[in-house]
Amino acid sequence: MELTMLMYLIPSLLMFACGVFGFITRRNLIAILISLELMLNSVDLNFVIFNRFLFPGELEGMFFTLFSIGIAAAETALAIAIIINIFRSVKNIDVKDITKLKF
Amino acid sequence: MDQTLPILILAIPITMFFILGLFGMKMSHKLAGVLGILGMGTAMVLSYTVAFTYFFSGDAAFIIDGVRQQVEIFDVTWLAFTDKLVVSLGFLLDPISAMMLVVITTISFFVHLYSWGYMEGEKGFQRFYAFLSLFSFSMLGLVVATNIFQMYIFWELVGVSSYLLIGFYYKLGSAVSASKKAFIVTRFADLGMLIGILILSFYMPTFNFIELTQNGGPELALTSTGGATFLGGSVLTWALILIFTGGMGKSAMMPLHIWLPDAMEGPTPVSALIHAATMVVAGVYLVARMFPLYLMETASLDFITGIGAITALYAAIVACAQVDIKRVLAFSTISQIAFMMVSLGVARPEIHEGLGYMSSMFHLFTHAMFKALLFLGAGALIHAVHSNDYTSMGGLRKYMPITHWTFLIGCLAIAGIYPFSGFFSKDEMLSAMYGYSTFWGVWMTAVAGLTAFYMFRLYYLIFWWDENPNYKHHTPHDAPWQMSLPLIILAAVSCVAGFIPFGELVTWNGEPYHIHIEWVKIAVPSLCVAIAAILLATVMYRKKNSLPDKFAAVWPGLWTAAHHRFYWDEMYMFVTHKIIFGGICSFIAWFDRQIIDGTMDMFAKVTQKTSYAIRGLQSGSIQTYVWWYFVGAVALAAVTAWVIL
Repeated sequence: MELTMLMYLIPSLLMFACGVFGFITRRNLIAILISLELMLNSVDLNFVIFNRFLFPGELEGMFFTLFSIGIAAAETALAIAIIINIFRSVKNIDVKDITKLKF
Repeated sequence: MDQTLPILILAIPITMFFILGLFGMKMSHKLAGVLGILGMGTAMVLSYTVAFTYFFSGDAAFIIDGVRQQVEIFDVTWLAFTDKLVVSLGFLLDPISAMMLVVITTISFFVHLYSWGYMEGEKGFQRFYAFLSLFSFSMLGLVVATNIFQMYIFWELVGVSSYLLIGFYYKLGSAVSASKKAFIVTRFADLGMLIGILILSFYMPTFNFIELTQNGGPELALTSTGGATFLGGSVLTWALILIFTGGMGKSAMMPLHIWLPDAMEGPTPVSALIHAATMVVAGVYLVARMFPLYLMETASLDFITGIGAITALYAAIVACAQVDIKRVLAFSTISQIAFMMVSLGVARPEIHEGLGYMSSMFHLFTHAMFKALLFLGAGALIHAVHSNDYTSMGGLRKYMPITHWTFLIGCLAIAGIYPFSGFFSKDEMLSAMYGYSTFWGVWMTAVAGLTAFYMFRLYYLIFWWDENPNYKHHTPHDAPWQMSLPLIILAAVSCVAGFIPFGELVTWNGEPYHIHIEWVKIAVPSLCVAIAAILLATVMYRKKNSLPDKFAAVWPGLWTAAHHRFYWDEMYMFVTHKIIFGGICSFIAWFDRQIIDGTMDMFAKVTQKTSYAIRGLQSGSIQTYVWWYFVGAVALAAVTAWVIL
């Protein structure tokens, strides 16, 4: 059976939907961060897929994915640092307790 | 002629201004004063050299077949609007500018010297000298201007220096308001002058005085307007009258005279230099400079005559009822300048070969000398008595002999008594006026009589009147030599200046005019009027008596009105405050506050209200934000899909 582009895109879409669902429903900040990574990875996957199927002779999508993974790693480190600091001040990482930044 | 001297004449005062203005505070008073005096002295010597070369060298550049030429020593293009319409800066040498160089630098030098004594120990002594230098520079630049635009630039510069010097005692409220008044009134008049210049330049391809006034320039000005008229006057007439408006402001002609009496708030040397001898005659100089153009439209000259004659009479009457001695001199200045204006206004080539022009310039010269003398004398009196009012003076001739004698010479000169300088110039002016029309001749003779009366009223009230005045604090005495020397020299000049063959030097077309005094028809009658006026003043004011009060009681309304200067200031206050500020401006202010500001306020208020209403959306809950974001993204995607598909 020939693998078409759609067959790759559907898992990517499922991953993204899982990420969104997790981001909105989970209460733990770490879990929210994981959901975020899931969304990011699905987007990375899309880059690779489109590069592979639409522009087979070129490599921009691949490179962008590599950049994206690198930046995601940095961003995760930053997010965890923020979470640790929140934990230090609130003694908790439940997102419901972190609502001080409002009007 | 070499360019060095003319450039130096302008460069020295402005350099002195920068040196004293920038580094004056670091200098001692003595050093600053000496620097200022030396600088002005050098400029004076150079000006004398230039004027002497111009008048007497007989160089073919300056005089051809006995006709004096107008020479541009240099003329540098500064702004080029179009090919033909360029603004230049240059140095024009002709009879009147050479004469003015002498007048300005002489008076300015003596005022510099005098101020050394008068301003001794004052705070801001260096600043005073810096401003004096700035003024000298501006005034010199004005008289040597080669084109109207250069003249306009320096015209404003003298206005600024006048403003700075009137407001020299900037902690004194009255001085501050006087300086503002002077600046605003003259600036308002200059608006008219600017409009006049623009109208003229619209029709004429040049600003240059020589091109405008020589070799068919005036005829071109007349024809190039193409016979266009406005409200019954030709365009050229309007342009000339508007330009003259600027002169009315500077020379304090009615109805723009209100600033000059108040300008006496400045230090007295300033009044002598700026508000008596030099700056206030700028209006006369302006008309003289463009005289051939004015000749093309005699209606504008008639306008000048009328304004001048009314002003002369008005100022002379008001001067009879003032208490402040500087105010008397100020109104006398207004009256004398108006005299010059009338003389210019009645000048016609066919009447005594344009005698009015020559006599006007002659009177400008002699008046500058004796009026500066009178003001400096008044300064010496104020210095001694510490008051501006004659009521606190009296019997001073015994205490201050030098001031007394020099002041008397000044009074005799202004009253037109032979052989003092004022007699000669006034006689020539009257003969020009009688030549034009007997009406103006008689009118101005009456003004001359009034002049003699109020000057001797002032003289007697200061030096005679109360023989045993009570000088509580200390006995008044003559001023130090820095102040007495200028008085003596100016008095000497006032004695002999009348014998200068002025007609050989300065005439409207450069050709010499031989002065001859018409004893029977003009000189003797005007002398009789002047002597009668002096005798009347002697009877009334020589000794303390009740005669003046009786005279004042005959027409109490007239005396009060004259004392209040016929309520011109009140009229201006009424027009500006009640009508303009209270009437017209209140609507404009309402429009500004309600409509213009209101629109802006409305934007701010709407933004604020909306923000307040929807601020609940910022709940602080991250997941709510994401939820909204998600819904928005889906909605946007749906809309995009619907549009594309």
